[in-house]
Amino acid sequence: MRHRFDFDTFREIGDSLFRNKRRTILTGFGIFWGLFMLLFLVGGGKGLKQSLSLTFEGFASNTMVMISSNTSKPYKGMKEGRYWQLNRKDVERLRLLMPELDVVAPMVSNWGLTAEYKGNTTSCAIKGISGNYHKVEAPKLKYGRTIRDADVEQERKVCVIGKRVYNDLFPQGGDPCGTFIQVGSVFFQIIGVDFSSGNISISGSASESVMVPFSVAATLFKRGNNVDIICVTGKPGIKMSSLEPRVRSIMAREHLFDPTDDQAMVVLNTEQVFSIMDNLFRGVNFLIWLVGIGTLLAGAVGVSNIMMVTVRERTIEIGIRRAIGAVPRDILSQIIWESVLLTLTAGSAGIVFSVLILNVVERIVPQAVTFQISFWTAVLAALLLSVLGVLAGLAPAMRAMKVKPVDAMRDE
Amino acid sequence: MLIELKGVHKTYDNGQPLHVLKGIDLQIEKGEFVSIMGASGSGKSTLLNILGILDNYDEGEYHLAGKLIKNLSERESATYRNRMIGFVFQSFNLIGFKTAVENVELPLFYQGVNRHRRHEAAMAYLEKMGLTDWASHYPNEMSGGQKQRVAIARALITHPEIILADEPTGALDSKTSVEVMELLTRLNREDGVTIIVVTHESGVANCADKIVHIKDGLIERVEDNRLHHASQFGTDTIMK
Ligand SMILES: Nc1ncnc2c1ncn2[C@@H]1O[C@H](COP(=O)(O)OP(=O)(O)OP(=O)(O)O)[C@@H](O)[C@H]1O
Ligand SMILES: [Mg+2]
Repeated sequence: MRHRFDFDTFREIGDSLFRNKRRTILTGFGIFWGLFMLLFLVGGGKGLKQSLSLTFEGFASNTMVMISSNTSKPYKGMKEGRYWQLNRKDVERLRLLMPELDVVAPMVSNWGLTAEYKGNTTSCAIKGISGNYHKVEAPKLKYGRTIRDADVEQERKVCVIGKRVYNDLFPQGGDPCGTFIQVGSVFFQIIGVDFSSGNISISGSASESVMVPFSVAATLFKRGNNVDIICVTGKPGIKMSSLEPRVRSIMAREHLFDPTDDQAMVVLNTEQVFSIMDNLFRGVNFLIWLVGIGTLLAGAVGVSNIMMVTVRERTIEIGIRRAIGAVPRDILSQIIWESVLLTLTAGSAGIVFSVLILNVVERIVPQAVTFQISFWTAVLAALLLSVLGVLAGLAPAMRAMKVKPVDAMRDE
Repeated sequence: MLIELKGVHKTYDNGQPLHVLKGIDLQIEKGEFVSIMGASGSGKSTLLNILGILDNYDEGEYHLAGKLIKNLSERESATYRNRMIGFVFQSFNLIGFKTAVENVELPLFYQGVNRHRRHEAAMAYLEKMGLTDWASHYPNEMSGGQKQRVAIARALITHPEIILADEPTGALDSKTSVEVMELLTRLNREDGVTIIVVTHESGVANCADKIVHIKDGLIERVEDNRLHHASQFGTDTIMK
């Protein structure tokens, strides 16, 4: 008799849902909670990843950092525990022997210093860097420029200050370039301000550093030819981990330590760190979707179950409908549509609620991190829901279809 | 002949077969007012369900308005129920979360009649039943008599030729029972609706022109009651 799904049918279904509120809320809660959990976890994971990536901000992903250390094996008559140091010749050597390298940047540094400007003071570290260091750790220049080769060659007493140093010394803000600050007993002219917020920076974070030309720092700290750290980056397409053995053997030959002595030189490989991070987040993401979808499925099974029970409770109602003219298909579509409408309503509430909560989280977390789910994630979730709604309604609808008109006559 | 049963058998089989109807022959003309009486368990409701195409039978033949009612598709039987037959039940069987007027509308909803016309028709029938003021009340806010009148309005809204009532006064006191029976009588007299009432109460049965007595799944006798003298308690009242 009826073939179309029109507004009337919709009303009929709406009535049956909204006039049995307790039943409906009970049924819908599983879906609401499932969707909320899924989206909240997805958003949370996204925010967490972003906030962790901020830590690595600015860092080239193919960087290798070398630091000398005590040897741990005796070699050619020398005892273990001997200390050796990297030097400027090593920089030249690496440049010559390893054409795969893009940047070879030496660094000397010193911590626990105090910087002063017009009575404002702050603790800081000095990092003596070469003109190409910005290729290793990209600065976020707020003002001015970075240290250049010319600054190094001419031993200019200039510096680039980090965010915290800037904030402490110049609480009133403004462009400080050209002014002089005092670090220890030396005056440096500011040529730039670096606002990068990475936390993994070499020799202390960028925000607490005063970066000066390498040559100036080497003289200041009386390092002679020695170098604290050498940072190298690979040319595009080069896997840094594959270069590590050669770098080690070059250094071992030069500084007379056992090439198999891994502790003699500490080598940090950002590629490894990044890939560990990537794997970690792939795992976390997988877990999030697994848990989220699991919760959602549990919700759908719950809906299906409760609808199964309500179909039994509604036997007489369904029997009456059949007795006064409904065909099994009317009943089937009614139950399925009830399920779809219920899942969609409860699910949308879940979406809205998770968006609201993620919004609050975003405000509470101090970092500028996006927790909010994307529009397409929401659309995907809604699609998933409709499918779940139909599936959840299927079994109860099948049972409802089996109700015979004569069941209306049973009075219980 | 509107209704014609020939040798109808019905056996329930829930583990143990129970032969309930053992060969029913029955003829009912259009416009008749018939009541069916018999002891509890004699098969009255079973018979009425078969007449209403709510249930099927195992043997014999049932012709409704000339059409053999056997192995009908769900759609066909739903159409017959919806267009030809109105049901009135002992326990009213209204849908609890629907108001009176919505309950009355429901058969038209399954016919695909639009909401506006449905509502108008339902209101008209409720008015006929004297229930205009109760239209937007839910069943649990109404008395038994009112509920049964809503059920009758719902049975009437599709202009059926037949009203089947299974103990329609079973849950009512004697005063409302009289009202309901008067209503059915008037429908029969004025509108020519064929009415078949299953009852235990001789007073109710006495309203009918023909009383069918059933015993152990067979028709024991058919009593002509056009003079309405069947009830020893008189013609005007229904004794409880
Ligand atoms: N669905 C069913 N399955 C099995 N047995 C049934 C079923 N419906 C009715 N019966 C049995 O069939 C017999 C006749 O039942 P029916 O309901 O027709 O009796 P009745 O004459 O209407 O009785 P009452 O006056 O008590 O309503 C009874 O013994 C009953 O237990
Ligand atoms: Mg009965």
